[in-house]
Amino acid sequence: MSESARAFPAAAREALADSQLRTNLHNATHTIRDKRDRVVAEVPDWEELREAGRAIKADLLAHLDEYLLQFEQAVTDAGGHVHWAADAAEANALVLEIARAHAVSELVKVKSLTTDEIGLNAALAAGGVHALETDLAELILQLDGDWSSHILVPAIHRNRTEIRDLFRRTIADASISDDPRELAEASRRYLREKFFTARMAVSGANFAVAETGTICVVESEGNGRMCTTLPEVLVTILGIEKLVPTFADLEVFLQLLPRSSTGERMNPYTSLWTGTTPGDGPTEFHVILLDAGRTRALADEVGRQALHCIRCSACLNVCPVYSRTGGHAYGSVYSGPIGAILTPQLRGIEQAPSLPFASSLCGACYEVCPVKIDIPTVLLHLRAKAVQAAGKRSQRATMKTSAWAFAGRRRFAIAHRLGRLAQRPFLRAGTIKRLPGPLAAWTRARDLHSLSSESFRDWWERRT
Amino acid sequence: VRIALFITCIGDTVLPQVGIATVAVLERLGHEVVFPREQTCCGQMHVNSGYRSEADRLGERFMEVFGEYDTVVSPSSSCVGTMRELHPELHGRLFELSELLVGRLGVTDVGASFPHRVAYHPTCHSLRVTAVGDAPLRLLGAVHGLELLELADARECCGFGGTFAITNADTSAAMVIDKCRAIVASGASVVTAVDGSCLLQIGGRLSREGAAVRALHLAEILAQTGTR
Repeated sequence: MSESARAFPAAAREALADSQLRTNLHNATHTIRDKRDRVVAEVPDWEELREAGRAIKADLLAHLDEYLLQFEQAVTDAGGHVHWAADAAEANALVLEIARAHAVSELVKVKSLTTDEIGLNAALAAGGVHALETDLAELILQLDGDWSSHILVPAIHRNRTEIRDLFRRTIADASISDDPRELAEASRRYLREKFFTARMAVSGANFAVAETGTICVVESEGNGRMCTTLPEVLVTILGIEKLVPTFADLEVFLQLLPRSSTGERMNPYTSLWTGTTPGDGPTEFHVILLDAGRTRALADEVGRQALHCIRCSACLNVCPVYSRTGGHAYGSVYSGPIGAILTPQLRGIEQAPSLPFASSLCGACYEVCPVKIDIPTVLLHLRAKAVQAAGKRSQRATMKTSAWAFAGRRRFAIAHRLGRLAQRPFLRAGTIKRLPGPLAAWTRARDLHSLSSESFRDWWERRT
Repeated sequence: VRIALFITCIGDTVLPQVGIATVAVLERLGHEVVFPREQTCCGQMHVNSGYRSEADRLGERFMEVFGEYDTVVSPSSSCVGTMRELHPELHGRLFELSELLVGRLGVTDVGASFPHRVAYHPTCHSLRVTAVGDAPLRLLGAVHGLELLELADARECCGFGGTFAITNADTSAAMVIDKCRAIVASGASVVTAVDGSCLLQIGGRLSREGAAVRALHLAEILAQTGTR
């Protein structure tokens, strides 16, 4: 995974120039959008469900310390082992330690954003352990040394011709076509062998129940269930915000999640397990509770709602920015609107100051969010933090000067007059085609309406 | 009704014709319009850019200038929505123009005549923050001679987003190019909306493309009486 530390505007420019990517993204995001709208419209109490989801997560975060201890106890009682990791390095070291204790050199993985977030595969590789991705899209990216560009559909930026060529180079022979069935069959043959021989698996979790210690993973392919049932050792890496207080709470989220993410009424596979069960599934089970910036986000009264996120990706699909730039521009496994508010909080605002500005504040994300995260409000909050943390000098001057000019009507009138003088050399028949300085960013693709020769207030004065 | 006009900074300096049209419509309907001279800007640009203390001062100033008026109108849904979010006490006092006309004054036919093919772009703030609902469409529907056309992907953002248009200029341009493609494909000769700022973005792109479509604010259409 090659996460980029580049600012969003520059990374976006590159992505926007790729017309194949633009087409792939437009088609994919619009298809999922439409499916989501149809299945959400079927649910008469959708708004109540959203409110329930929000309220459950708000309660969870308000008492997270207690729920975490309750969860730890429940997992331990059910025969599992619980570990606490303050950051990515600690979590990765724990997984490596477990692998070494069992002399494992290759393990299988369930699709997991959290493991991508902490760079688990690279850390394991450095320790001599190969982590094999078993989700089809994740496998495609792994085989190609690429990385995820969408929370749900990691290879959304690739088309099937590209995948056929990749498979010919890696896991299939030259006769394979770009027929999706043939591609799926090739991956099935390749992975089946691995499932039968792997002795250890790593998963993330969609939800984890504090009351019972139960882990919940939802998926479409069934490969995740292979990982969580066949190997003897299973390790689940769990962001601490993934808890829900009670088993009954799953009822709410298992309705909200599939409709919001894949646009399905129900996802094909929902796996639930609690500790270990003699004669059934793994004999050794570990949970690693991961902080990695989450308690920092929790301390922020406005920003903490980002921790409600259930990773459905509905906000990505409706976002006019994401659907044009794709996910890589966000420089994190969490892309789109949720990435723009989550990444700066997990890493610290100074590590991703451009992300809160990667939005036109259109509000489409808030409208579809199944747990009602007010993304626009958090974006504004983080923008203020970004300005405090660093501040772009040119914009700072503009903002300070304009605030000064707006502080009185005479100043404002003077500013208008100065603006009219300044625009004079650039005026062509009432519009401006080209400007120097920061406003060149506007005139590269758009004409600029000139300041009027008579302001409204002058017209008003003249009239009365 | 005595109505105070909040013209907005863009409305004052760039698009005075929108304010002039707003005054014309309200006076035609028999209302008294007043213009508090001390007004400048609501501070939305500062809020959206992360300059909270500057925005707070401008917001306070707004509350001082308009404090004495029971009914305030602005031809800009984004300024209205932002101010109502920051100052909830403005609910029921501060209105976007179409809200005031349809919701408060109960008028849909303002006596306008505009025999043109028109596409309506529902701006993001008017849809999701100010929530003006179908008020603009009802007003347009009652305009004599006006043919309202379907706009594809109408609810998709035009890409303005305040300083977003500058700081993320490439993404913003990609968005407005798609929006203008839909507008041109609709067959309209005029595109309208309830936010002057979005119309600067859309109109600026249409002008760059040399498209035969004009971007007009809803107030400018409602002010037209023609030969009716």
